[in-house]
Formats: sequence, structure tokens, C-alpha cells
Amino acid sequence: MAHGPAKGFTRWLYTTNHKDIGSMYLWFSFAMFLLGGVFALVIRAELFEPGLQIVEPGFFNQMTTMHGLVMVFGAVMPAFVGLANWMIPMMVGAPDMALPRMNNWSFWILPFAFAMMVSTLFMEGGGPNFGWTFYAPLSTTYAPPSVTFFIFAVHIMGASSIMGSINIIATILNMRAPGMTLMKMPLFVWTWLITAYLLIAVMPVLAGVVTMMLMDIHFGTSFFDAAGGGDPVLFQHVFWFFGHPEVYIMILPAFGIVSAIIPTFARKPLFGYSSMVYATASIAFLSFIVWAHHMFTVGMPIAGELFFMYATMLIAVPTGVKVFNWVTTMFRGSMTFETPMLFSIAFVILFTIGGFSGLMLAIAPADFQYHDTYFVVAHFHYVLVPGAIFSITAGVYYWLPKWCGNMYNETMGKLQFWLAFIGLNLTFFPMHFVGLAGMQRRVPDYNQFFADFNMLSSMGAFLFGAAQILLLYNVISTIMGGKKATDEVWENPEGLEWTVASPAPYHTFSTPPEVK
Amino acid sequence: MLNTVNRLMARLFSSAFLLTASGYTLAEGGERSTINMPIGVTPISQDVYGLHMDIFWWCVGIGVVVFGVMFYSMIVHRKANGAKAANFHDSLALEVTWTILPFVILIIMAIPATKSLINLYDTSESEVDVVVTGYQWYWGYEYLDQDVSFFSRLSTPQEQIRNEAPKGENYLLEVDEPLVIPINKKIRFLVTSNDVIHAWWVPDFAVKRDAIPGYINESWAKVEKPGLYRGVCAELCGKDHGFMPIVVKAVPEAEYETWLADRREQAQKIKELAKKTFTLEELMAQGEQVYGQACLACHGANGEGGVGKAIAGSPIATGDIAAHLDIVVNGSSVNPAMAAFKDTLSEVDTAAVITYQRNAFGNNTGELVQPIDILKFKQGK
Ligand code: HEC
Ligand SMILES: [Cu+2]
Repeated sequence: MAHGPAKGFTRWLYTTNHKDIGSMYLWFSFAMFLLGGVFALVIRAELFEPGLQIVEPGFFNQMTTMHGLVMVFGAVMPAFVGLANWMIPMMVGAPDMALPRMNNWSFWILPFAFAMMVSTLFMEGGGPNFGWTFYAPLSTTYAPPSVTFFIFAVHIMGASSIMGSINIIATILNMRAPGMTLMKMPLFVWTWLITAYLLIAVMPVLAGVVTMMLMDIHFGTSFFDAAGGGDPVLFQHVFWFFGHPEVYIMILPAFGIVSAIIPTFARKPLFGYSSMVYATASIAFLSFIVWAHHMFTVGMPIAGELFFMYATMLIAVPTGVKVFNWVTTMFRGSMTFETPMLFSIAFVILFTIGGFSGLMLAIAPADFQYHDTYFVVAHFHYVLVPGAIFSITAGVYYWLPKWCGNMYNETMGKLQFWLAFIGLNLTFFPMHFVGLAGMQRRVPDYNQFFADFNMLSSMGAFLFGAAQILLLYNVISTIMGGKKATDEVWENPEGLEWTVASPAPYHTFSTPPEVK
Repeated sequence: MLNTVNRLMARLFSSAFLLTASGYTLAEGGERSTINMPIGVTPISQDVYGLHMDIFWWCVGIGVVVFGVMFYSMIVHRKANGAKAANFHDSLALEVTWTILPFVILIIMAIPATKSLINLYDTSESEVDVVVTGYQWYWGYEYLDQDVSFFSRLSTPQEQIRNEAPKGENYLLEVDEPLVIPINKKIRFLVTSNDVIHAWWVPDFAVKRDAIPGYINESWAKVEKPGLYRGVCAELCGKDHGFMPIVVKAVPEAEYETWLADRREQAQKIKELAKKTFTLEELMAQGEQVYGQACLACHGANGEGGVGKAIAGSPIATGDIAAHLDIVVNGSSVNPAMAAFKDTLSEVDTAAVITYQRNAFGNNTGELVQPIDILKFKQGK
């Protein structure tokens, strides 16, 4: 190889190496995951019992807002970009990402965006307190002054995502090894290709909506101010036109990860590869025409209501195809249950449960009861925590031996899995019940009627949090040492990444491999 | 704490995992499930409950099949059992089947859902129209063409919220004045907002409508059973979003008519009173009462201050009357804790409390403020 990494801090500051940048993304996202987790624990601690105990309602709202923003933009999205950075060049047989300098830049603006956003908590009037969906006019006319910093932070995050996406698309379309046709690409590459297009399509819309807010707040426009002839509902349409594809941005790469892991541990090829690709593309397409199912109660005309109900129900079809394919991949396999497989199986089961509640939410008349209750909170945590977080964790355990050359501690991995699994279900399953029974979301206090399940949720949340410390410990001790991993790591795994040495050298595929 | 944990355990084993709706009483509304949606008391809510249970059972059915196959493979097809992996990885027939089948189920669900939705949207031919307005953080109700309107606020005392007093049964779900409606009449709710977006939600009616400034959203209910029905604001609307409940009292028509006539008369009286001139004694007596209810918490029993500034010797309460009117009517421009009382206190009460503040606690200005002054002030004269 030409040369190894530079020494010291500048290695990380100036690096254009996809593996270095991938690692930085992953560490950054883990730090944000812990921070967002702390916010979540503040929420759960306050909700442990009825009455106000720990925080004031105003601060509670800042916590729910920050928890959502940090988890979505700080933890989940950067983690997937980190995995993409590490794995996509190795999976398609490319020496690096197509645009390495932009890669460096798209990572390094992120810490600044988040430093700015989190610093608002210490500002006069507090941080954003209008929910991660920041509906106007609560987020404009009635917002704390720090909202301007929030807007700039969102702009920077958007720029980072767009640069990252351009890079991923350019890499996948231009840098594949000879013989790596599109329909031979691993599903993780496919799902990321589609995700990157989604990002490029919707991040500018997000930038647009926050810019309109900025204009309303500082330049006297009235986009969202009814008193000035504007329209608060317009905000929601624009936001969810971004927001719905956004939730698929957080789940499509997850589909790719489990589609890599399940075949490995079932020792059987992925069932229905091409239908998986088409299903992903259909989900991506549908994601653009369902946004208003978040707005069934805003008073849309009935034709709109019906259209969005039908379109939303349709999503169940391609999603179902995926689940059936995973299950059939396991069927008549020869399964073992290492940590990545455990997380992947839990992903399939729990994501499906989240899908079920999603189907229920799609039924517009019933949504009039579900909307803005804990039932919705249960739903999206069932798709996002087992969906995004479990798949990322599965991916980390799966590829960690390739990254650092050492095997992680399997017992500890399994322990973490079970703690996280139990913690997650304890936290979020009871939320279905309290939601149906009538508890609205985003409140710091509630009637005793909901007390038991809330207490259970809070206990589960702390358990889930504790499990993550175990992950951190396991990863660090694997990096420091441990049993050496073979190049293949697992039994006959599929993919180019397993053909290089473990740990993967600083530069891989300087001469492209031949793919048959 | 130990008690709660015990209760929790009991609950867990008895109901949560059985999915049988374990009964529990929530106020006068009757039996209510802790784990499921209320069936409710309107045709729509019963319809919605039916849809909810249908789709739920479909999901359970699909879940049993999918998870069944999955667990079967996980138990039987494991390497530890010596399972040898097969090598199939494609089947057009299967893919087509599991694309079409869910599609059919979706159509089966979509038909009744469409019907319900059309019904839910049909607000025509209403018999009573109520304008519901969201405020930060309370609700305003106005009976169209009846000349009756009032505000409805949380009545749970702060001590309960702050854990200084035991919580009542309807903790956070009780208001000072419930909305009163007649049963068996089609009530149309016209929902709007005065500031940010709220959502008016009464689960027992399956009515949830966003209250949006500049919009009037319609919804309706025909309540079949008299009773008290409780709901909440469902859309995040700022600091006290969790503290603006809804209580609807459904009564037989005759009772409703009497109530309405009563309210109309009261409103009339208040209007007339506003034109009357009062003596210092009258104003002081009334003012003391109002002060005790609306101001004492922040300004102290002896006007010594607290959260609010001291009233005793205050430059405003002993100085220019206009400034005094302004801060009470419009609130403080620097500290939002001193709220505007223009919508919450009647002209008579406002005049009384200002007179009281200017003459109690040793302020002794001897100055009177009459309701008519307040009226003029509010109208900008
Ligand atoms: C939630 C607490 C609260 C309540 C209730 C409240 N006030 Fe106040 N009040 C304040 C605060 C805080 C200030 C100081 C405002 C400022 O600095 O501008 C204030 C200031 C005042 C002042 C001006 C005092 C001065 O010297 O500047 C008057 C007069 C007053 N309030 C009258 C009333 C009346 C009349 C009521 C009842 C109808 C009332 N307040 C209820 C908190 C309250
Ligand atoms: Cu509200």
C-alpha cells in the first residue's frame, strides 16, 4: 500500500479516507445517541409517576423536542452514513468514496451543527420546545429566541446530508468493480442508493420550510401566520413532504443491513433478491404520496383524506413482501444465533409489530382516535428503535471484526441484546395501551389512570439505556484486543468485504477485484 | 412506592397480557378500559371502535402466521439440531401470492373505513352549533346564535400537581365549567384557535379536530347517553399543553334548555351591571373576593408580593390609573406571569379588583374605578 494513516489529531481532521470518516460518523452518532438517550431518560423520569417532580413543563417540552431532533438527525442518520462510508466502497470493490474531500467536509460540519443546536438549551428562553415536528406558529410567532440557531443548525445538517448523498450516489454509480452489475449489488448498497435519492429530494424541502420560518420570524413575511394571510397548515404539508420520506430514510438502509445478516446466519441465500430491490423502490416511491396521513385531523377535504388513506395502506404491500422474504430466507436454513442475528431477528419481529400499528394508523377514521396519543409514540418507536437502532447495532457487531480485526465478546453481546430487547418492549409496548386508553403525547403529567403503564415504561427505558453502556464497553474492548478474527469472520458470508484481510487495510481494492 | 409496584405486578399478570379489557372506572363516564380504546357514546365512536378491532384482529391473524413460520424455522431449522440449509432463493408464485393477498385484505378494510369517514365528515343538518376556540391554555365555548359563551379551564389545584396534596380522581381531567350539550341531538363543533394549534379531543365521541388559527374545522357528535365525558388537548401547544382538559356534560334536552336560559340571563345581567355605578363599599367587597381568587396566589394576602410585585405601596396601584388598568387588562409586557385579564375577568370584576388594590393594603387612594371605565378602556377610549 502507498501509505498508512497520518499521525495525531490531524489524521482525523484532514482525512479523506472512507474508513476514517466512517468511524468518525459512527462515534459521533453514538455520542448523539447517548445524549438523546439522556434526554429520553429525563422524560421518562418525569413520567415515572403522576405529578410534576423533576422538571417544569417548559423544560419537559425542550426535552421531547431535543430527544427527537438529536435521535433523528444526530444518531440514526449519521450512523447509517457511517456504515455507508465504511461498507459501500468495500462492497462494490471501490478504493474509496468518489468524492473524498467532500466526504471530510460533510462529516466535519455536523459537530458544529449539533454544538449550536444543543447550546440553545443554555440560552435565554431555553431551547426549541415545539416538538421535533416544529409546527408553526408555535415554532415561529410563539417560539423562544433560540429558534434561529435551531434553523441554522438544521440548514447545516441538511447540507451535510445532501453532500453525503451525492457522494454515495456517485460512488455506487461510478466506482463499482468490473462485473458488479446493479442487480449484483448487495442490498445494503441498493437500499442506500435509493435512500440517497430520497435525501436529495427532501432535504431541500426541509431547508425550504425552515427558511420560510426564518423569514416569518425575522423579515416580516407571513407564510405561516394566519393573521397576515398565511397558512399554518401549509407548514405541515411542507414539513411532512420532507418528513415522511425522512422516516424511510431511517429504515431503508436498515433493510439492507438485515438482508446481509440473515442469509449469513441462516446459511442460505437471501430469498427474492430482485423482489427486495423492487419493494424498496416501491416503498421509496410511495413515501412521496402519503405525507398527509400525519395530518388526518387538520381538516383536509374528504377526497384528500381518502387518497392519503388508500396510499398509506398500500405501503403495507411492499413492506409485507420484505418481511415474507426474510422469513422465507430463514425457512429451511441452518441457523445459528450470534449477536448480529439476534438483533436482526428482533428487527423483523418488532418492526413487523410497528408495521401492524402503522396499518391501524392508516385507517383514517380510527386515526381520529389514535392521532397524537401514546399509541403513535408506541408505533414510531417500534419501527425506529428495533428498525434503525437494532439494525445499526446488528451491523456494528456483524462488521466490527472486519473493521478492527478482533472478535467481540459474544456472551456480552448476547447479554446486551436481551437487556435491550426486554428494555425496549417494556418501554414501548405499554405505550400502546395508555395511548388507546386516552393519554395524549408530549405531556409532562397525567391522570393516575395511566400510572401503572407509565411506571413500567420508565423502568424499561432505564434498562434499555443501561444496555447501551454494555455495547460501548464491548466495542471498545474489541478494538483494544481480543481473539483475532479470520478474513471471512463468519461461515461463508457473501460479499466482497469478506475477501479482504481483517482488519481491513487502510486502503482496499486499489486494484479492482473481478466480480463474476 | 412499594404499593404502586405491587399494584403494577397485579395489573401485569391480570390484564395486560390477556388483552381482555379489564374494567376500571374513570369518573361518571362509566367503565373504561385501561388498555383499549373506549367504545364511546356516539354512533361514530362505536363505528370507529369496530374498525379498530377489525384491523387489530387482521393484524393478529397475519402476525400468527408470519411469526408462526418464523419461530418454527428458528426451532427446527437450527444448525445445532443438525439442520442442513436448503438452497432455494426465488419463487415467482410465492412472491405474487404474498403481494396479492395483503392487497385483498386491504380492500376488505378500506371499504368500511371509507364509509365511516364519509359519515364522520357529514356535518350537515346540525341542531346545535358550538364554536370551540383553543387558547394558551384553556378552551372557549360559544353557542352560535344563543348569546352564550364562556371559558373552560383546568380546575385541578396546583398543590395536587406539585404533589403537596393528594390527587383527586379526575386529576388533570377536570374543569371549572364544562361544556353542556343535549343528548340525542346532532351537535356540530366548529373548532378554531386564537393563538397556536391545539386539538380538541373527546375520546368517547371519537371527535378529534385540530384547532388552527385562521381555520374553522367542523366535526359532529350525537351523544346517546347522558354523562360527563372527558378529553384533552391533543396537539402540542406550548408549556401547559398537558393542562387544558375538556369536560363535556351531556344532559337531557329539557335540562339543557334550562341551563341555556340560565346562562343567557346571567350574560344579560353582567352586561347590565357593567353600566351600573357602584359604591366604594360594593366594589371593595367584590374586589376582595376577586383578589382572593385571581391575584392572591402571586401578590400575597396582604399585597406584599411573591411571584408578582408588591401591591402595597406599588407605584402603579397608587399612581396613574391608566397604567393600572393597562397591566390588569393587557398583562405585563415584560413578565408573562402577569397575564392579561381582559378575557377572563368581567368588567365588573376588573373594576372591583382594581378599586380594591387601590384602597386596600394601606394604599388608600380613595379612587374608584367603575365597570364602565373598564369597558371604555377595552374599547380603546
Ligand atoms: C401568576 C402570578 C400573578 C397573578 C395570578 C397575578 N399577577 Fe399581577 N403581577 C405578577 C407579576 C410577575 C407582576 C410583575 C410584572 C412586571 O414586572 O411587569 C405583576 C404585576 C402586577 C401589577 C403592577 C405592580 C407594580 O407595582 O408594577 C399589578 C397592578 C397587578 N399585577 C395586578 C394584578 C391583579 C389585579 C391580579 C388579579 C386579577 C394579578 N395581578 C394576578 C404576577 C401575577
Ligand atoms: Cu392546547
